[in-house]
This record gives sequence, C-alpha cells and structure tokens, in this order.
Amino acid sequence: MQWIFVICLIVTGLSCGANAAEKQVISALVLRVDTPKTKPISRLDLPPDDLGFAGGALATEDNQTTGRFMGQEFVTQNIASPPDEAVAALEMAIADGVQYIVVLADAPMVLKLADAAGNKALVLNALAPDDALRNDECRANLLHIAPSRAMLTDALAQFLIWKKWRNWFLVEGSHPEDKALADAYRRAARKFGAKIVEERVFEDTGGARRTDSGHVQVQKQVPVFTQRAPDYDVMIAADEADIFAVYLPFHTWEARPVAGSAGLRPVTWHPAQEAWGATQFQRRFEKLNGRYMRPEDYQVWLALRVLSEAATRTRSDRHDVLEKYLLGDDFEIAAFKGEKLTFRPWNGQLRQPILLVGARVLVSVSPQEGFLHQVSQLDTLGIDQPESGCRLEGR
Amino acid sequence: MKKMICLAVFAGLCAPAAGAYTVYVSNEKDNTVSVLDSETLEVTDTFDVGQRPRGILVSKDGKQLYICVSDEDTVKVFDTATLKLLHTLPSGPDPEQFALHPSGNPLYIANEDDNLVTVVDVKTQLVLAEIPVGVEPEGVAISPDGKVVINTSETTNMAHFIDTTSYEIFENVLVDQRPRYAQFTDDGSLLFVSAEIGGTVTVIDVTKHQAIHKITFEIPGLPDETIQPVGVKVTADGSIIYVALGPANRVAVVDGKTFEVLDYLLVGQRVWQMAFTPDQKYLFTTNGNSNDISVIDVARQKVIKSIQVGQQPWGVAISPN
Repeated sequence: MQWIFVICLIVTGLSCGANAAEKQVISALVLRVDTPKTKPISRLDLPPDDLGFAGGALATEDNQTTGRFMGQEFVTQNIASPPDEAVAALEMAIADGVQYIVVLADAPMVLKLADAAGNKALVLNALAPDDALRNDECRANLLHIAPSRAMLTDALAQFLIWKKWRNWFLVEGSHPEDKALADAYRRAARKFGAKIVEERVFEDTGGARRTDSGHVQVQKQVPVFTQRAPDYDVMIAADEADIFAVYLPFHTWEARPVAGSAGLRPVTWHPAQEAWGATQFQRRFEKLNGRYMRPEDYQVWLALRVLSEAATRTRSDRHDVLEKYLLGDDFEIAAFKGEKLTFRPWNGQLRQPILLVGARVLVSVSPQEGFLHQVSQLDTLGIDQPESGCRLEGR
Repeated sequence: MKKMICLAVFAGLCAPAAGAYTVYVSNEKDNTVSVLDSETLEVTDTFDVGQRPRGILVSKDGKQLYICVSDEDTVKVFDTATLKLLHTLPSGPDPEQFALHPSGNPLYIANEDDNLVTVVDVKTQLVLAEIPVGVEPEGVAISPDGKVVINTSETTNMAHFIDTTSYEIFENVLVDQRPRYAQFTDDGSLLFVSAEIGGTVTVIDVTKHQAIHKITFEIPGLPDETIQPVGVKVTADGSIIYVALGPANRVAVVDGKTFEVLDYLLVGQRVWQMAFTPDQKYLFTTNGNSNDISVIDVARQKVIKSIQVGQQPWGVAISPN
C-alpha cells in the first residue's frame, strides 16, 4: 500500500495580544492507520481521502481563533499510514515534540500506539469502539473520544424500550467485530429488559460487493433468510463489517423495522443533525471541506477541541497537565449535543449523548427520558464504574 | 393612559395599571410575530415576517421593530404602527442576536457562520464595520454609556469587549461552555454572561474586565444537565437578576448583591428569552417548546399568566411607550 502522507500545518498570521516569546504551541498529530478493506455496499459510503482529517482541519481553525486571544497556537499534522509504518510515524512525531496523538485505528493498533507513546504523549482514540480498550486493556495515557460499542448499543436499546419494542430478532455478521457488536446488543437487552427471540448469523461468503442489478437477488434472498422467525418487534443488525445490514430494510419476511447497523442507527454524528446550534457547525465544516461531516470527522474535531479546551483553561501546553485537567471535575465541553460532555475518570471515556438517525433526519437522542443514574444520566450508556475492569493507579 | 383595571387573574384584586405597552414575540417556527397588549395580556395581532425569526427589538422611539430573519440572512425593519415591512438591513448570514446602540444607531449583529460582528447604520442601511471575533458569535450587549459592545462566542467561550469607536476588541474574558447571552446592569458596572452548556452565569466587573462570581443553579429532582441558562434580565436598581433556564422550564430569581438564587419560578417549556415592560411591572418569557409566553409579576415574583402564541416563540421585545 502506498504511503499517503498528508501534512497540514496551520499557522495563522493573526496577531495576538500576547508576547511572541510567551506563546505556547500545542502540537497534535492525527494518525489514521489505513488497513485494506473491501468497498462499502453503498457508494454513498465510499470513504473520502480526507476522512477524519477534515474534522481536524475545522477544529484547528476553531482552536486557532480561540488561541489568538490566549497567546496559544494550535498546530495539527495529518498522517495516513499503513499498519506496519504507524508506530514509526508516531515515534517520529514524538521526537519532533508532538505531545498529542489522535488515532484513527482498530483496537490492537490503538494499544500498540498507546504503548509506544508511553509517558511522552497523550493518545486520543477517535475510532475504535472496543469495550476491552475501556476495561481490562485500558491505559493511563489513553483517552477515548469515540463511544464504545456498549454505549452505542445501550443508546439504541433505551429508545427501543421506550417504544416498547422489547422482542428483538438479532442478525449478526460472521466477522469478529460483528460478534463483538452482537455481544454488546445481548448485554444491552439484558440490561434494559429486552428479549432476543431469534438469532441468526449472516455468513460473509466473499465476492464482489456491488454488482449491476444485484438487487434482483437481494429481493429474493433476504426474505428467505429472515423467514420462520418467532414473532418479533424489531430486527437488530450487528454488521460492523458492512456485509449485509443495508440490505435488510424493506426485504425482511415480516413487515418489521430494522435497527442497529442499518435502519435506525446509533451514531456520534449525522449531516442532518441541526439541533443545539449544529447548523452553523455543519455549515462551517462544509464550507471548509466541500462535503458532509461524517462520524470520524466529528470524532477528530472533538478530540482536538477537547485538547484545546484544556489548554485554554489551564494555560498550559504540557500533556500531563492537560490530562489531569481533562479527567478532573472542572473539565466540560460543548459539542452540539445539547449538554456538556465530561470524562469518566476511571477509564478515560468521554461521556456523550448518542444520536439515533434514520437515512434523512435525526430520529432521537439517547439517553432517553426516565433512564436515571446517580452520577450522570450519560452513565446509563455503556459499562459503568462498578462493572469496569479498568484499574489504573490514582483513578 | 393610566386607569384602574381589575385583572381577572388577581381574583378581584384591583391594582393601578401602568400604561399599556405593546409586546412583540418572534415565533421561530411559524415565521410570524405575535403582538400582545401588556394590559389585557391578550394577543391582538399576528403577522408574517419571513423565514425563522429569532432576535427581536424595538427602536428607542418605539416606531420600528427590528427582527433577525435568520433563514433569509437579513434583518427586517417593520413599522410598528402599520406592521408593514419598511426595509431590510444587511446583516450577513444567519443573524440570530443583535443590540442597538443607546442613541438608536448603529445596530450590532452577531454572524455565527462568519465569526464576525457586523455593525450596520440603521439610517443609511450601510455596513460600517465587520469585527472578527471568536467562533460562533452569539450574544450581543451594549454598555449603557454606548462605549462598549460585548459579544459572546459559543465555541471560543469568551465575552469579547469591543470598543464602539475603534471597532477593536480590547479585552476577552473566558466564561463557561456555550455563552448565549450578555446583559449589563443599568449602571453599567456589572455584566452577566449566561453559559447554556456550562449551566452558569458569570458575573463580570466591567471596569476590571474580570469575572468576580459564578452563579450556579440547583433544582431538586432535575438532572444537572437540564439546567441551561439562556436569557438574563436585571431590574433597573440591580437588585434582582432573572435567568431563563431553558429546558429546566424555570426562571431563576437571583439576588443582585449576594448572587444567591432566591427562587425558581415555573414557566413554560424551554424558556428562552425575556423582556421587562418599561415600568418593570411585568417580565415576559418565551417558552419555545410549549408555544406560549409566561408573564411574571415582578413585585410579587409570581407567574400570573401564560399566553398561547405561535410555534416555538424565541424572542420578545416591548415598546417603550
């Protein structure tokens, strides 16, 4: 795989009140580790070259605007790397004085990078949803901006319970990430009192993802695959690998809604989200990047905004100072979700509402009304402290 | 036009009525403005103003009504006598909040998309200046002496102090997350900035440009996250501060000296902006999610009536006479 090396140094010439000598520079690396993947089923989902980086570009602009009033400068470097060169890219950046690494990678790679960074940099996971990273495999130098699978599945489960759609037909894919997602749905069903009345596995048998007039076969195969199930309210698709879920709506044997990896989906972001002042945010992104914002873009934007917010409030550029502040009681950030986001100090996970979206509009936002928690209602989403396997010194 | 009237809600209690003022409410979703009489507390008229009206204010002489018509990217000026459109003002895209200089001119408009405050001469209808500020400028307030305009930026989380002569920012004060609204005391000594997501109101000493206190709110039985301060108003003597708490559906009554919360008044859903009648007898609140406005009797600190208006009432402005 070809090295894609994108460097985007944003240094504005805007004047600021502070003396140049006092100026702090907060340097971040956005490291996207690209593993070879099959193409998405829908061409609307084809990943743009600047996936994730586009959100970083907007965050850096936002941060620079704030920074010019504070005498701080925010510099962001983007690298898209193949897996075998990712650690070297991280080490090179750290050697250059970069203290903040925003990572878009799968879970094993996130751990590899966090361990390589050691105490020299703070790593922010902006992609991997694996609950293990927040539990037994948690790291002291690793914060999670992306929500975990348990947070996403709990968000959907709360809505389905609110709807009184308690009987679920779970269809999972045959890839390990699909199994992990299906497990998260099973856990959510137990947690909120739903019943999985039927489970099936959709085997990935390979082959081309898209063929001309492929819908002809889909129209015959999916009804057959979903027939003879006990009565259910909603079909849940666990298909992170994007093999089959988008084929389910309208093709199920029974006339039932689909949720999960298709139909009603739990996500961090959607281009139709306009609530809580998001319209201006969407427009700023689109003006800068010429396309709609995707969840990966939002997550990188949020990672860099979180860093900037901590740097502004602490007036520091040091990663140990910022991390302490981020995990403390004073940190909070607005992120177009209608309430402040904070970190769970015991495992470094950012608390956040989850959007439930259809194809064209926002359907709902979880946590749903009535799901209560003694610390934060947001802690009704995901694995809570008493069940957490993350044991870090001093947390 | 002073006269004795008996308000039905007072259950036979007669009170000397102040002059009747005209109350204007912008209905964000209906594209209309509701007109009410402050004496009868009834809607007397509703008229179309254009796509998504939000910020609303009345000129000093009461003759003109200014409305931020957000989705038409303009500020419209209506004749209050005829409710007819007089002209539009160049506002920049998506105007939401604005403030008028105490002399009646110019108008300072926050442009969220462009990180600018646009200064418009309301007579010549020309743009006098565009001032670069923080990310997503929102609240705009002007000091009673007309020398300082304040702009709050929602993503930068600052109150920017702008010199009205040079159009330059000369001070920035960090406040909490998503600052929405700024309000001076009538003597100009204090500035209040609400932070919707932070859940606080920062009290700023205007001469020192320093935050001197943070007003916090706590309502038994309500999650912390639902307390989202937006509109702020202060009585003329500075003794009481009213804070609209958004989805907490309450207006906080705050002591202007100790900054302690004295009471929470239950109003409608998603209470957003507020305005006093000029005699400060009543405070009107817009309740976006229940499509009504609440009337607070200021002396008694009681909600005395809620009045149905259009869909998603956003702002309220009251004629000076």
